Amino acid sequence: MEILKYDLLIIGSGIAGLRAATAAAWASGGKISIAILSKIQAMRSHSLSAEGGMSAVLYPEKTNDSLELHAYDTVKGSDFLADQDAVQVLVEYAPKEVRYLERIGVPWTREPDGRIAQRPFGGMSIPRTTFAADKTGFFIMSTLFSETRRFDNIHVYHEHFVTKFIIENGEFRGVTAYDLKRGEFKFFYAKAGIIATGGAGRLYRFTTTAHSTTGETLAYALREGIAIKDMEFVQWHPTALVPSGILVSEAARGEGGYLINKDGERFMKKYAPQKMELAPRDIVSRAILTECMEGRGFQHESGMCYVGLDLRHLGEEKINKRIPFIRELAHKYAGIDALSEPIPVRPAVHYTMGGIHTDTWGRVLTADGKWVRGLWAAGEAAAVSVHGANRLGSNSLSECSVWGRLTGEQAAKYVLEQPPLSSPDGKVVEIAKKEEARVFDKLLHKEVNAPMPYEVKRQLNDIMEEHFGPFRHGSAMAEGLAKLKKLRDISSYRVVDSSKVYNQNLKDALEVDGMINLALVIGVGAYARTESRGAHYRLDYPKRDDVNWLRHTVAYLYGGEIKLTYTPVTITKWQPEERKY
Amino acid sequence: MKSLVVKVKRFDGSKTWWQEYKVDISSEKISVLDVLIKIKEEQDPTLAVRYSCRMAICGSCGMVINGIPRLACQTLISELGDSKIIVEPMWNHKVIKDLVVDLEPDFEKVKAVKPYIICDTKEIYEKDVEFGQRPEELEKYYNFAYCIQCGLCMAACPVVASHERFLGPMALNAAYRWSADSRDQGWKERAKIIDREEGVWSCHLAYTCSAVCPRGVDPGFSIQLLKAALIRRTKKP
Ligand SMILES: Cc1cc2nc3c(=O)[nH]c(=O)nc-3n(C[C@H](O)[C@H](O)[C@H](O)COP(=O)(O)OP(=O)(O)OC[C@H]3O[C@@H](n4cnc5c(N)ncnc54)[C@H](O)[C@@H]3O)c2cc1C
Repeated sequence: MEILKYDLLIIGSGIAGLRAATAAAWASGGKISIAILSKIQAMRSHSLSAEGGMSAVLYPEKTNDSLELHAYDTVKGSDFLADQDAVQVLVEYAPKEVRYLERIGVPWTREPDGRIAQRPFGGMSIPRTTFAADKTGFFIMSTLFSETRRFDNIHVYHEHFVTKFIIENGEFRGVTAYDLKRGEFKFFYAKAGIIATGGAGRLYRFTTTAHSTTGETLAYALREGIAIKDMEFVQWHPTALVPSGILVSEAARGEGGYLINKDGERFMKKYAPQKMELAPRDIVSRAILTECMEGRGFQHESGMCYVGLDLRHLGEEKINKRIPFIRELAHKYAGIDALSEPIPVRPAVHYTMGGIHTDTWGRVLTADGKWVRGLWAAGEAAAVSVHGANRLGSNSLSECSVWGRLTGEQAAKYVLEQPPLSSPDGKVVEIAKKEEARVFDKLLHKEVNAPMPYEVKRQLNDIMEEHFGPFRHGSAMAEGLAKLKKLRDISSYRVVDSSKVYNQNLKDALEVDGMINLALVIGVGAYARTESRGAHYRLDYPKRDDVNWLRHTVAYLYGGEIKLTYTPVTITKWQPEERKY
Repeated sequence: MKSLVVKVKRFDGSKTWWQEYKVDISSEKISVLDVLIKIKEEQDPTLAVRYSCRMAICGSCGMVINGIPRLACQTLISELGDSKIIVEPMWNHKVIKDLVVDLEPDFEKVKAVKPYIICDTKEIYEKDVEFGQRPEELEKYYNFAYCIQCGLCMAACPVVASHERFLGPMALNAAYRWSADSRDQGWKERAKIIDREEGVWSCHLAYTCSAVCPRGVDPGFSIQLLKAALIRRTKKP
């Protein structure tokens, strides 16, 4: 087992991780050593699938927009579960981040005078979503990755699958990782860390997220005593392509697209008469599924019910300029030309509002609110929380960039204040060696009686789709929980591949192993929350209940079981009101 | 239900062999990547394939399918028009395992051309201003910024095949993309890096790079634009 020493480890190379790296590199004046670890090749992180854009108030004097309005939209969109002090940080820093990204070379779509163009997005009362055609995530990702190349003190470790966080006496000490390419196990020993490992959409089957968005690191966090916040809030994006689940960005509706049922009716007028197609995602998703349940959807040969996303009236020029990728994807993966036919879409899992419990500045917390010294979390993996019970489209890229930067700067400062890193003591090396044995000796032998990881994942996906979907019910969830607990009892997997080099079969087993625990956090939290709020909708408790539930769910592991506690929502300006669009 | 025969060129670190899998599919509107994942999950978990986004934007799954370098997720069975599919790892790269090749040398070449805005770095990190860019300035480099670093152009380039030090289309395209950006002042520095035999001058204009690019970037053209800028000694390409 090789031991590598770094001042700062960044786990994850999406927009949050890469931004943390450039911020830390600059803030430390090049003085600290930084490693970025990514389980896939670093520039291929899921962030690059983001299409629609990044929210920020850029030209308030020209557009009549204000930070206050962006904050209010976000809080209302969150169904009042967002922490309003964190939202304030988001809206203040987002414009700075858009401009930073502009200076490092993101090809933002422009107005004729050279200003950055902005488009409308769901739940935003003014067009404030900045974009680079409909490949915004790709352009931000590739530009940020390029920017890391400027700094000699940033080392990138592609395809290093992290298997464990090492925390001793309430302090972060490093991680262990499986280097797929070389087939080696490594211990990264460090002074500080930033977890930027993204979401967990692949807990479900029908999802817009990349195959790599599996969320196992959140389960590692649980194992080390870190708490997970608000995980029951899972976002369904209204418009995923049928049957693949590939996203059709909200930009399609932002640019003026309609949703129609099989009678050709713009049905959103029944659900959100003012905002129509641009109501927040939880509302539009439930509207589509209601149309389907009431027999007004189309039927796909795969058995899926869907509605039409109609872009025909936008015209060829607008489609080709503003949303070319949508046209390309619909053509490729659904075989239709958006110029002449509506695109077949239905809701799919898209985003996890919940994540690692942190304070407003991204410092990682235990269930009793103590900071795990030296450790931060940023991006989708973290719950700061700015999205509360429902994220507004385009607020995530801003969040990733803002908290990437903030955690990177704090970590750099922290590292500079610490004494130089000595050699790891025997105890932590022992922990790392034990982990190596778990991965290479225990998992990597052909346990013939154990189930294949793929079989377990299939079952897990079935349970999540069936019992923890967009419409939830107490009795169905109780059944689901029982099934999940049974899955959790699986203690080993049948890994057929016995090689060390690029053993994806082993990696897949490690992923699934973490996913089950995270699924349980969703299940336990959702079952306990006897109300409907944002994306968490219960048929048996269809109303929001501010008296009992205006609070964050905080899950942690105790004696091998998931326990819940609750923390208050920070309200600075806006008292909860009815959410109408 | 349709039956496919998928022939995969495999490598386990020491030996290479061809392996055939029979796969039943219910629709031809699925991708080669879907089929490979199906093989992995249902028949042979030892098969190594790199993949992630499955929507032709992350650049993970470049490979040679029926003789042409392409992305597996972007190649539908219906497009191949054949029930026999032959899959091999990308050419011109060291194979790590099965369909997974080492792209890190390509990434290092991109790094060598300084793929970032060259200017006073303090302006970037310490001033909260917009540099600004008019749509016509954006147009100059926009199409070349679409590169997803999948490596297919490197796999298809006949020069890369025999000339290991040649920077190749991926890195040279990056040199153009960054130099042509109105915000960049790095052309002088980059010109030195590419105005060499291992730089633009080894390109023989085969244009196979542009032919296989899954994102419609035209690296063959960007290389010619770089050559023109060098010959004409322009201030910016
Ligand atoms: C299709 C799609 C479109 C979207 N469009 C938009 C949009 O237009 N606007 C918007 O605001 N939001 C959008 N979102 C949401 C947004 O893209 C994500 O929330 C955001 O990109 C997450 O970024 P991240 O940096 O937190 O993590 P990610 O980009 O998901 O990166 C996670 C990183 O963690 C690494 N990692 C994970 N586990 C491990 C491990 N065990 N070991 C090592 N490394 C690990 C991965 O390799 C990866 O580098 C979209 C989401 C989807 C699915």
